[in-house]
Amino acid sequence: MLQYSLKRLLQGLVTVWFIATATFFAMHLVPGDPLTSDKAVTPDIRANLEAKYGLDKPLFTQYTIYLGNIVRGDFGISFTQKNREVNDIIREHFPVSATLGLLAILFAALGGVLWGALTALFRNRLPDIIIMFLVILGISVPSFVMAALAQLSLVNINSMFGVTVLPVGGWGTVAHMIAPSLVLGLGTMAYLTRLMRSSMLEIVNSDFVRTAKAKGLPATRIFSKHQLRNASLPVITVLGPAIASITTGGFVVELVFAIPGLGRYFVQAVQQLDYTVIMGTTVFYGAFLVFMVIAVDLVYGLIDPRVRLK
Amino acid sequence: MTDVVVDESSFVRAAGRQLLLYAFLTIVGFALIMFLLDAAARLAGSNTGSTNAVDVATKSITLALAEEPPQLDSTRTTDQISGMVLGHIMEGLLRDDAQGNIVGGVAESWEMDGNGALFHLRSDASWSDGQPVTAQDFVFSWRTVVNPATASEYAFIMFFVKNGEAINQGKLPITDLGVEAIDERTLKVTFERPLTFFEKVVTFKTFLPIREDFFQQTNGRYGADADEMLYNGPFRITSWVHGASLRLDKNEHYWRRNEVRLNTIHFGYITSDANATLNFFKDGKIAQTGLSPETLSVGLEQRWNINQFQDGGVFFIEFNHRPGRLTQNLNLRKAMQLVNDPGELVNKVTKIPGYLPGSSLFPTYLDGVKDKFRREHPAPEIVPDVAAARHHLELARQELKLDKWPALTLLSGDNPISNLQAEYYQAVFKDKLGLDVKIDKQIFKQRLAKMTSGEFDLVMAGWGPDYEDLLTYGDLFASWNLNNRGRYASDEYDALVRTAQNSTDQTVRVAAFARMQELLNEDVVILPNYEKGAAYVTHKQLKGVVRRVIGSDPDYTYAWVDGAAE
Amino acid sequence: MSQVLPPLSAADLAPVAVEQVAEVLTRPSLSYWQDAWIRLKANRRALISLWIVIALLLFTLLGPLLWTVDPSLQDLDQLSQPPGVDRTAILVLPYIPWHGESLDDPKDSTTDRLHIVGAADSQAVRLRWNHDLAAVGGYRIYRNIFPIGVEQAYGLPLVMSIRETWFEDRLDLKPRPYFYTVISLNELGEQVGEAQTIEVSLQRVITIEEARKRGLIKAGASPAIGTAVEIKLHPLGTDYLGRDLLARLMHGAQVSLFIGIVAPFLYVLMGVAYGAVAGFLGGAVDGLMMRFADFVVALPFLLFMILFKIMFGIGPGESGILPMLVAMIILSWPGTARLVRGQILQIREEGYIGASRLLGAKTPYLVMRHMIPNTMGVILVTLTFAVPSAIFTEAFLSFIGMGVAPPTPSWGSMCNEGIKTMLTTPHELIFPALLISITVLAFNLLGDGLRDALDARMRSRE
Repeated sequence: MLQYSLKRLLQGLVTVWFIATATFFAMHLVPGDPLTSDKAVTPDIRANLEAKYGLDKPLFTQYTIYLGNIVRGDFGISFTQKNREVNDIIREHFPVSATLGLLAILFAALGGVLWGALTALFRNRLPDIIIMFLVILGISVPSFVMAALAQLSLVNINSMFGVTVLPVGGWGTVAHMIAPSLVLGLGTMAYLTRLMRSSMLEIVNSDFVRTAKAKGLPATRIFSKHQLRNASLPVITVLGPAIASITTGGFVVELVFAIPGLGRYFVQAVQQLDYTVIMGTTVFYGAFLVFMVIAVDLVYGLIDPRVRLK
Repeated sequence: MTDVVVDESSFVRAAGRQLLLYAFLTIVGFALIMFLLDAAARLAGSNTGSTNAVDVATKSITLALAEEPPQLDSTRTTDQISGMVLGHIMEGLLRDDAQGNIVGGVAESWEMDGNGALFHLRSDASWSDGQPVTAQDFVFSWRTVVNPATASEYAFIMFFVKNGEAINQGKLPITDLGVEAIDERTLKVTFERPLTFFEKVVTFKTFLPIREDFFQQTNGRYGADADEMLYNGPFRITSWVHGASLRLDKNEHYWRRNEVRLNTIHFGYITSDANATLNFFKDGKIAQTGLSPETLSVGLEQRWNINQFQDGGVFFIEFNHRPGRLTQNLNLRKAMQLVNDPGELVNKVTKIPGYLPGSSLFPTYLDGVKDKFRREHPAPEIVPDVAAARHHLELARQELKLDKWPALTLLSGDNPISNLQAEYYQAVFKDKLGLDVKIDKQIFKQRLAKMTSGEFDLVMAGWGPDYEDLLTYGDLFASWNLNNRGRYASDEYDALVRTAQNSTDQTVRVAAFARMQELLNEDVVILPNYEKGAAYVTHKQLKGVVRRVIGSDPDYTYAWVDGAAE
Repeated sequence: MSQVLPPLSAADLAPVAVEQVAEVLTRPSLSYWQDAWIRLKANRRALISLWIVIALLLFTLLGPLLWTVDPSLQDLDQLSQPPGVDRTAILVLPYIPWHGESLDDPKDSTTDRLHIVGAADSQAVRLRWNHDLAAVGGYRIYRNIFPIGVEQAYGLPLVMSIRETWFEDRLDLKPRPYFYTVISLNELGEQVGEAQTIEVSLQRVITIEEARKRGLIKAGASPAIGTAVEIKLHPLGTDYLGRDLLARLMHGAQVSLFIGIVAPFLYVLMGVAYGAVAGFLGGAVDGLMMRFADFVVALPFLLFMILFKIMFGIGPGESGILPMLVAMIILSWPGTARLVRGQILQIREEGYIGASRLLGAKTPYLVMRHMIPNTMGVILVTLTFAVPSAIFTEAFLSFIGMGVAPPTPSWGSMCNEGIKTMLTTPHELIFPALLISITVLAFNLLGDGLRDALDARMRSRE
């Protein structure tokens, strides 16, 4: 197991290096640069700016300088937030996105497993139909509509009760976390419900369940130990990348609820062509994603003894 | 093969009970996690605070910012939000009062003629650490602005001061800048060329003072955090949680502190989503927010106190005058001019209150000789005339020797309003002239890149004023100006700009601007769209907020909380 | 006495003819796919989804032939109209700017309190009032859509301060009642004296030229000013630029359905192939393939979309649907690949795979006949979810300039626009969102039906 983990970590590092390189060159290929602004600057000022930020050097030189800096842990200073180091940006804002994302995943996973099992159990009856209807709504309504509607409902609820039931925005206390993480997790919850239902239905008809029933095992034991556990396997497979994508995709929710997360920086950096922030966040997220995948693979191997990890 | 012996429905019931048990355990588990998280968050202390919009007892207000101020180092600031924050925490030689007049700030009195100015600083102006603001502080900061190593994008505004441009190009040392501290409280400024409106220029944020010893000890981190700045304005930053909130408290060392009636300004939310800030306002969490045409009815329904103001931006469609472009042909431009109906655009398409239909490059709020420029020299009124437009179009087609008109490109950004306009104009040109106009949508930086390289026929453009004089708009289409993206070049226009730059007689200058306005119309350099405005709502208990076209906007330094208002 | 047995002849040693009675099957033998097809046809959910898909296809393909309104025709007199609105309009002369001149109206005087000059209609509302000596700072005009109550909520200020004693309002005038208020200001800009209020109900109007251009008047007819005409019917209302919503939905369906069905189908296909190969081969090959998938997922989506747009050389204003399709496929397949690989890893170890192999089955047979059908459940779920995701990704890409160019509509971008006016004119958001939901429902049901039909374990059940 240890050897396997080490091997995977090494592969992960190589993957991250590829990601960084591809992004670096893609970034420079796109027209425009962080120094172009609405009010044009004179060629002299422009030359000064380029010299200051090292953008006047040939591309490959910039690349090697940048790689050298990353190895030392220096991601540079943001071009748009002119006095903040990228390290600080990631360090201060990632925990917020992570908390939001983890809570969202928790909602999504637990909710998905529960609803999915429920619909599989009561297949084609009322609970199934209601939940399926909600799932359809959940995936066909885009996240920005959900977030806006959620916030609007909160405002109305607050005014109805005359007191702040839940804050409509901002960050800091647990109360601030509930609404945004629910909204963020909804899409994934719908997906996991569907997935869970599908795999539960397969298991319900499978041989080992029939055997268990024939053996006379108690229903609860069959349900929890055999059905739920096996049906959850695909859900776990999805969880790894889902965690990564939710943590990065929180952009809309962070915007609507005024949450100081990393997602906003990630998106705005591309629009502003803020080279250092693009590179910093991409490398960081890349590493995070790779790590998540490794973790999930290890967990998978632990849960399902049949899957041999080489 | 018969099915299993176990009764199916009893299985389902048992399984259902099991699920219920799991659901219950999950909820309990959640509550536990929430509790733990709450405790952890309190320890971390990154609470943005659940303050209300207006607190009468503590004389504090809560507001939202559209984004985190990117640059609080006044020598390098370029954007509006940083400018607004700086306007509250710093003060320059002169300031704008509540009525918009220019009065003394750090400078108590001053003398000025066409060649230079002498400022006498007041004795009680001090920094937030108690030390007095001296003339050397201005000399240091102004020199830092033009220093090529600083690479300040707004260095050009210092070119009004003698040798500013030469220093910025590296031709002279920074000590040659035309600013000198005669003594601790006297500042002498020499102009590059004769100037009448330096008062209007020096209120700009780039001219703010910075104390040299403090700046050096921040080691390049000046402006990065609350404790990496020294304040001489009505407020100081007491807490800055990046990306989340900014808290300003009253500066007890400010010389006018007895007139400042707010104790705290808390920027508790940072988001650019207008719907979100509207929700915060509705929830009673912030004291001011903007209104869009869609949310206007919400404001009316809630009986909010709605206000409106012109924010000074002038928006237009710019033509590409480079050789080889179809739009270089005057008749084509005239055809488009005759189907341009800014009234329809403003009243039916954008529908934002405060937008004035555009008729000139020069906006309505700028002064002429004695009255507003646009009253003394009204803009030419173009009445849309489709028949005449088609006639010009036909002339253009013959001049360009075309059988059929090819498609033209209209470059647009990712701003929803400019997209709306672009779609509207596409239909207008198609409908009335039969021209096929393709919309080229680009994101911000790519749009700028294309504008600079000239890859467009028409582009949705705009301009905001840097200082309160007609020249900030007038020189836009001088052939040497890099912001003249369409590369319009006219010797007569250039000569007029030089007159306006070099003359000290306002009558002569205004006459030059009047002729510029005529030329822009005759040569159809641009198609005016509108002068931008905005509608906004304010909390009933917040009074005295000043909105400005130029200068820090909004300005809360003259505001107060009125507990009696209901 | 002993019997003499006859000697054995060759005939005695000839093999006995084997009589075999073949098992008579009570029903014909069905292959896996034949069985699945039969069950699919009988499945109720699949049938419903089939009807929905047929309806959508008819809407997309036949719709524009039946409802021939141009989806890009802007009608600035009918902005954001919800369906079912009163459609009469009065004919008027074209708009002429008013500068406070006195019109041919005996009721118009300069000494009267706040009053309307001329007709008040959706073209312009002209106000005039008497001069107030106390109004040193000028006058301010407000407009409200609700009556001014005791709170004196005047509403929206149309202009903050003017010196003249007349004003023309043209801002977003709708045929409904409005409440105008004029207040006098002192030199500090504060209200002085009493406010004057007037209520006016606006009439919808249209110029003769406009009416003629839209075909509302018969050619050759010369109706008089003041006659009523009926303006165009828009069954589902109009959007923010006055374009017919039904026509836009029909044309948008072509783009959205094409992208929403083809893109997910293709990238799921690619993901399945990739994941199956990786899962089955295992070992180092699996490792390498999965690391490449990780690499693709971690790339910043927006940045590479912009790059693709430039690489494909999409000209300004051209619809780059094919490049967008390619880009979406390239960047979205890893999710499915990983999922399928996980399933394959599990299935690979099942007993029947080993048994099958012992019986001499080759790899392609194993993969196609045993493994992939058993991952169907998971694949179908992913496919269902990929559809709305693709539609919204297309909307996002069109927004940044890749994909369809304006004025070509698509359901996703209509949703994007509709959300801005969600509070005031929800129909702009509801209709495209509804169509997207119906599409998702159809694929959801189809997925359910397919899974029921293809599930090998249910094969002998029904």
